[in-house]
Amino acid sequence: MIWQLDLLILTLVVLCGIGAIMIRDLLGAAILFGAYSFMMCLLWAIMGAVDVAFTEASVGAGVSTVFFIAAVYHTTRRTKD
Amino acid sequence: MKTLGLIIVGLVGAGLVYATIDFPPFGDPKSPASLHVSPRYLEKTVEETAVPNAVTSVLGDYRGFDTMFETTVIFCAGVACFLLLRIPRRRSSGPRQYRHRLTGLTFRIKEGGEIFLPLREFEPVDSIWTPHDFIIEKVCRYLIPFIQLFGLYVIAHGHHSPGGGFQGGVILGASIILLSVSHNLRTALNRMGEKISALFSPVGVFIFAGTGALCLVLGYRFLDYQALAALLPGGPIMARSHGILLVEVGVGMAVMGTMVWIFKNLASRGRYDEGL
Repeated sequence: MIWQLDLLILTLVVLCGIGAIMIRDLLGAAILFGAYSFMMCLLWAIMGAVDVAFTEASVGAGVSTVFFIAAVYHTTRRTKD
Repeated sequence: MKTLGLIIVGLVGAGLVYATIDFPPFGDPKSPASLHVSPRYLEKTVEETAVPNAVTSVLGDYRGFDTMFETTVIFCAGVACFLLLRIPRRRSSGPRQYRHRLTGLTFRIKEGGEIFLPLREFEPVDSIWTPHDFIIEKVCRYLIPFIQLFGLYVIAHGHHSPGGGFQGGVILGASIILLSVSHNLRTALNRMGEKISALFSPVGVFIFAGTGALCLVLGYRFLDYQALAALLPGGPIMARSHGILLVEVGVGMAVMGTMVWIFKNLASRGRYDEGL
């Protein structure tokens, strides 16, 4: 485990998480959640949990982003609050 | 209200961070989990189940009940999405759009209107018309078989490498979703209809539970795959390995069916005519 790389990815995870909540555009929030999942996947892989990383990459970054985008496509891109 | 929420979130976050200080350090060999639980599985997995990947054997065999109900939860998610979103209306009212296959001309047919040309020369187009993107369509069309092959590999090779039924099923489902995103929903529905995707998820759960029940019928405990030695060659240890494979196939089918099913319901608002 390289701690510099670890710290960099952890910072990106936190930034993506905060960004996904703060951003007004819901499509952008969905994409940021995808990026968040991908960074989490890298963290799992660094910690040696390859199976969990695989699941995170396929479910979190792949399919759930598509579900979010499908939901945004039929509702609205703007948040009300 | 917002500041109150922020204070609560901050306090809970601080509490969680404070609690993690009590955790044993990462990779500590003296932590309870590393002393008793992990060595038991790492030492005994290969001799008991003939599966080199300990994660797969724990998920499929030692903690089989857990995985079975996880699969059931995914099936329930698909059913819930279906019950919430599906609208059983076949004909959509309003104007329809058709594209002539040979010339690429798009026609707008008013409500109640008819085309007096052979219908097979036309294809229906979504009301929010998106241009025909040749490169994306062709690239996805050639990529999808390889994605599906990789999904099957992940399911079948889960005993030896990372992966298994869940990941492989998601990859297989994602290949159908990619077809729908790159072409349109109708193309994906022609390849894998609503009935097939809705049938895959309960059948997957049934394969899982059925494997367990088969062990019960053969005189062992539920999900004790040693019982399958009576049906499969290779003795009781290899039978556990084969039992895990059977169960993984069930999980893969359930997950693939459910992912495609949820996507179709979400993308078409439950109408199954047009969408993402």
